[in-house]
Amino acid sequence: MSDASSKKALICFIANLLRDCNHVAVGASSPIPGAAALLAKAAWSSPRHVNILGSVKNNFLTNGSQELFDCAAQGRIDAFFLGGGQIDGSANINLMGRGEYPNNTPRWPGTFGSAYLYFLIPKVILFREEHSRRVLVDTVDFVSAPGCSAPETYRTGGPYGLLTNKAFFKFEKEKGCFSLKSIHAGSSLEDILDNTGFDFLYDKENTPATPEPNPELLKVLENEVSVKIRDVYPQFSDTIFTH
Amino acid sequence: MIMKIEELASLIKDGCKLATPADYSGVAMAVTRELIRQKKKKLHIIGVPTSGLQSELLIGAGCVSVLESSALTLGEYNPAPRFSAAIKSGSIKLIDATCPAIHAGLQASQKGLPFMPLRGIIGSDILKNHPDWKVIQNPFSQDDDKIVAIPAIKPDVALFHAPFADREGNVWVGRRRELVHMTQASKTAYVSVEKIVDGNLLDDETLAAGVLPNLYVGAVAEAPSGCWPLSFWHGEGEDKEHLDHYKAVAGTQDGFDEYLQQFIFDGEIS
Repeated sequence: MSDASSKKALICFIANLLRDCNHVAVGASSPIPGAAALLAKAAWSSPRHVNILGSVKNNFLTNGSQELFDCAAQGRIDAFFLGGGQIDGSANINLMGRGEYPNNTPRWPGTFGSAYLYFLIPKVILFREEHSRRVLVDTVDFVSAPGCSAPETYRTGGPYGLLTNKAFFKFEKEKGCFSLKSIHAGSSLEDILDNTGFDFLYDKENTPATPEPNPELLKVLENEVSVKIRDVYPQFSDTIFTH
Repeated sequence: MIMKIEELASLIKDGCKLATPADYSGVAMAVTRELIRQKKKKLHIIGVPTSGLQSELLIGAGCVSVLESSALTLGEYNPAPRFSAAIKSGSIKLIDATCPAIHAGLQASQKGLPFMPLRGIIGSDILKNHPDWKVIQNPFSQDDDKIVAIPAIKPDVALFHAPFADREGNVWVGRRRELVHMTQASKTAYVSVEKIVDGNLLDDETLAAGVLPNLYVGAVAEAPSGCWPLSFWHGEGEDKEHLDHYKAVAGTQDGFDEYLQQFIFDGEIS
């Protein structure tokens, strides 16, 4: 699969995960999740509200940049995306840097709102295209936001799953670990085991292939949504659509 | 109240606790270059809730002793070279936060309160490393219910760029309400604007809702394209060529110093 078509497949996959949501918020530099949210809205009018931070057209909030966090605390946001320079098997994420804090090398930008939103948005989808032992580690060097909390800790949200360019894992909250749900075209169980630095549950015989994107949905993406995506993520749009 | 950029920048003293907006909210870059020309020292920058090129330049120029922020990001021009170098050498003190905690700390100051409680955060290394936050029991719950108390963040000055102001110093910020919160939390605000307009902004009710009244404002300076090379409110206007150039040269201190000489010390490009 070409890079453009595998990115389109990821967009369609994520769009399907957002179908049961009313309000989806997307961080500023997340073109694939942003495109997926716009696609789901265009295809099914669900989610009804898509809020792309940093975009003027796709941001309907009027009470400043704190309003998003207030919304999350009240349960008004159903889904959000987080990534991380490191993600471990307990769904802890590290956006701070590799090595020992505070003198990390490399240092990444920082934790942003993750230490808060991960607790308060029910469906947090971890998304990181790179599927390697460098990113998917046994234990993160710095916990920007924990995947699990003690039962007495107030937590209405958390990790739903982890999507990479090789596979989709669901997070099993009770067991506190990921389980492999589907393998994308071009990868295999062996490939995933080789490139994942943490232990996860899997079915040796029967892990399904990730379904190909629905042709109708792809058509909506190409014909209707590509223009909207170009407004928000011009450079990304140039790399996957031939306008 | 209305003054030149040089004069406005001279009001910001060494050691100032300076609240600055994220790149999407109007960064006073022309004033920032003037701060570098005036060789400010020991600034404590608060990124509300994050910071970008502004802090990168101030750090590289040696103006900063503390960076309190939830991130320093140059967006697609990451990683920020002088920030990375400062972290490696330990030349600045970091107070790493998470976005809503910066807002909560400012909100406490805005309301004259000692702290604001905030959900989430418990179990993160952000909490473990933050010098000021405390975990307290929710006093209204019979159960074990811990919550993080964020002490008030009280900046000396809020510094940002806005579309326009009147001659009385009323500043129009539209729906960028974080600029209002940030300003009300600070002792005063110094604002650069695209233009100064005639009349009083509060006379027009449709404009008034988006006005930051001059009660909170200490100084205003006119600075057309005052966000350059950043875009203004994520609209048009990001100078991609310039930012690519910065990324290409700022990897070394020498390259960065040459950049400062060319684009800052040799004067404003108009």
